[in-house]
Amino acid sequence: MDLNILWFLLIAVLYAGFFFLEGFDFGVGMLLTSLTRKDVERRAIINTIGPHWDGNEVWLIVAGGATFAAFPHWYATMFSGFYMGFFLLLFALIVRGVAFEFRSKHDTPRWRYGWDRAISISSFFAAFLLGVVFTNLVRGVPIDADMQFTGTFWSLLNPISLLGGLTVVMLFCFHGANFLSLKLTEGLRVKAHGNAKMYFTAALVFALGLFAALFFTRSAFSDKGWITLILPVLAVASLIASRAMMEQKREGWAFITSSLAVVVTVAALFFALFPNVMISTTDAANNLTIYSASSSPYTLKVLSIIAAVMVPVVLAYQIWTYFVFRKRIKADAKTLTY
Amino acid sequence: MDIVLLSRWQFALTTIYHFFFVPLTLGLGWFVAILETMYVRSGNQMYKRLTKFWGKLFLINYAMGVVTGIVMEFQFGMNWSEYSRFVGDVFGAPLAVEGLLAFFLESTFLGVWIFGWERISKKLHAAVMWIVAIGGNLSAFWILAANGFMQHPVGYEIVNGRAQMTDFGALLGNPRALYLFLHTFFAGLVTAAFFVLGFSIYHLVRNHEVEAFKKSFYLSALIGLISAVAVGLAGHAQGVYLREVQPMAAAASEAHYETADPADFHLIAGIDQEGRRTTWSITIPKALSFLYFFRFSGEVEGLNNIQAQYEALYGPGNYIPNIPLAFWSFRAMVGVGTLMVLLTAGALIIAWKKYPDKWIKRSGWLVWIIFLPYIANTTGWILTETGRQPWMVHGLMQTKDAVSPNLTPATVLISLVGFVAIYAVLMAFDLFLLLKYAKKGLVTVEADSVPIAAVEAPKKRGGK
Ligand code: HDD
Ligand code: HEM
Ligand code: HEM
Repeated sequence: MDLNILWFLLIAVLYAGFFFLEGFDFGVGMLLTSLTRKDVERRAIINTIGPHWDGNEVWLIVAGGATFAAFPHWYATMFSGFYMGFFLLLFALIVRGVAFEFRSKHDTPRWRYGWDRAISISSFFAAFLLGVVFTNLVRGVPIDADMQFTGTFWSLLNPISLLGGLTVVMLFCFHGANFLSLKLTEGLRVKAHGNAKMYFTAALVFALGLFAALFFTRSAFSDKGWITLILPVLAVASLIASRAMMEQKREGWAFITSSLAVVVTVAALFFALFPNVMISTTDAANNLTIYSASSSPYTLKVLSIIAAVMVPVVLAYQIWTYFVFRKRIKADAKTLTY
Repeated sequence: MDIVLLSRWQFALTTIYHFFFVPLTLGLGWFVAILETMYVRSGNQMYKRLTKFWGKLFLINYAMGVVTGIVMEFQFGMNWSEYSRFVGDVFGAPLAVEGLLAFFLESTFLGVWIFGWERISKKLHAAVMWIVAIGGNLSAFWILAANGFMQHPVGYEIVNGRAQMTDFGALLGNPRALYLFLHTFFAGLVTAAFFVLGFSIYHLVRNHEVEAFKKSFYLSALIGLISAVAVGLAGHAQGVYLREVQPMAAAASEAHYETADPADFHLIAGIDQEGRRTTWSITIPKALSFLYFFRFSGEVEGLNNIQAQYEALYGPGNYIPNIPLAFWSFRAMVGVGTLMVLLTAGALIIAWKKYPDKWIKRSGWLVWIIFLPYIANTTGWILTETGRQPWMVHGLMQTKDAVSPNLTPATVLISLVGFVAIYAVLMAFDLFLLLKYAKKGLVTVEADSVPIAAVEAPKKRGGK
């Protein structure tokens, strides 16, 4: 296996990690305002992701940085091509980031409710935009022979990518609800459980629709043929398994399987893409591939050595933080510290 | 308005804004870590309260640093795609490593620090803060290694019209980057010292928690003086090196148009950019040579000469950056730096004299010194970055060739206006919160660990 393939895989892993981790905390963010109106309960909900969300977001930053370092042309074409998409994503992430930090720092109801709503709305948009961007990545966008994106903002907004956006939203809501029923107690736990059921149906319908649409129209999925269906089938199966685990109140397993559904969905996208990194709808010869878009062998080697040392360390301490904060959180003003 | 200009404005504004928060994060992390260590060692509750107090301000500031940082990370691809293609092979690596090595460390452990007070041992909790502080400063190192390459490219070769890395070690050991880091490291400490000093004065004047704020005052005056002197020394060394590798930028910072030996130093000067000369000036004879060579002679090349050389080397064009901007930024920074040395020295004297009442009473206005490092930080970067113009990567790529060709002015205008708008709103919220907590003083710290909605019972939606 050459280093170009390794780095493609690593970037896929980074995005999968990001979708898995930030997936539940976007989900939690979206559910925040609809689950409860009590401040203590909202605090409890936020505390489930409080120690983690920033670390989770770094997965996106590192995925972007790794793309830049290993595949500069991919980074350049994608980020300049999806300019407005990324601008709006940044906007949502800015609002979300400060909202978590600011909401508790002042205690008028208006302040709290304002920021809480900001958390929900920005989580929604961030998830949605990520869905749109990644759907377009596998559908292909107009790219010319100089690796330049030649479309406009509107060419990114097509029915299928909108469907992709909504799929990600529903998937994250389901995933987030599973996480909450794992992390909360009593009434909130029950509520989260109920929510998860609702979002399951939506996520399933949207995901089936999206995969079908990607398979039956021109996209990286249909280009490659039936073999690309294996992973989507697995993703849908995990989703259904997750629902079954919920039914039996095995919340740990329900969460693991919904995580699997998210991870496998991302894997499906990257599998369909490989060995391209961007697909040109103008001419297949203009596709960016893991070879045409990549850095030099020397750079890839340096990066590989650093990653081989650092990734295990990062994983170890991130897992440790989940261990430190493994206890369920009770919505009780006396015990909730922040 | 073209996309180059708009993109430059956007990049400049968003980075400057990011760098309002960065230095405080860099420096205040050390303060909080030191205070928490003092608490763990002595068991003295006062230190715990101080830790929480400055820690809270650290967090408010940190959140802003994070969200504005993500914008930076994406903008290279969004607005400067040709640049990203050209240097990605070299420049992407430190950026990726920064995330992997520093951001993960910083943000993961900060999460533990915020929520971990009761869950992990005291010692471990203090250690976590040290990790956060180290992580932040590590991230500065990596990003400055990237920036150092733009200023003074090393460890690369040009293959098929793109820069390719040939020596990672050279990239990290780039003296240009090391000077940048040293200077920035101390700038961060100074920034935090003035922040702490300013708010300590605020509370001392009002007789709040006198004992605790005297500790803060003393600590910040001490660290402040050391790092204010250090930032000047590091800056000077950096300037000397700057003349060797980017003579144009160095000459720009002095508005030094004509080559001279010995060269005079302009304290202040009137600048005629079109005529490429200074119209009037107050000078110190031979001082510029002295600053560069440590003796009263030595040739210092002027802008016009360098311009002629660059034309011979790179073809016709204007290679002179915006002189008034560089010149006055430099003066603002150094002026502020000098003032800061005096102020911290004065503060130490006050501390040694056991805070004489008549001094304290009259010090209310000194809260304003908090702004000083912000001026120096901003003008410092303006000098560095504007001095690099018209180059994006010194000698290799010009800014006008670096922009994303697929963008339209309207698109960039929308994002520029969008960022300016949201940043302005956030600044208002941020200042509101910082001031609220800084002014409240230590009392809130106690109230804080009796968390949330002790404030009030369940609220009705949208209630007033
Ligand atoms: C000298 C220091 C320095 C400089 C020049 C920059 N930054 Fe920065 N950055 C930091 C020092 C820093 C920091 C101290 O590490 C921050 C500030 C607040 C924080 O949370 O971390 C940070 C945050 C921060 C984050 C968020 C990290 C997180 O979520 O934890 C990103 C993605 C960037 N930065 C990226 C950049 C880029 C792409 C820059 C180049 C233009 C840049 N920064 C300039
Ligand atoms: C955080 C501190 C920084 C500040 C305050 C800052 C400030 C500025 C300013 C004022 C400009 C506009 C210069 C001009 O157009 O005349 C600029 C441009 C730019 N700087 Fe920085 N800069 C910072 C750090 C960095 C770093 C670390 C990098 C790269 C790693 C960088 C890369 C750039 C780029 C790509 C441009 C845009 C192109 C240009 O106009 O030159 N900057 N910055
Ligand atoms: C008092 C004497 C000082 C001197 C001689 C000095 C010198 C310099 C020089 C030569 C540069 C570099 C320009 C370039 O690299 O292109 C610079 C940049 C900078 N200065 Fe200063 N400086 C001083 C004080 C300060 C102070 C007090 C602060 C902040 C508290 C500060 C913050 C900065 C920053 C943030 C930069 C841009 C990044 C960097 O180059 O590290 N400086 N300074």
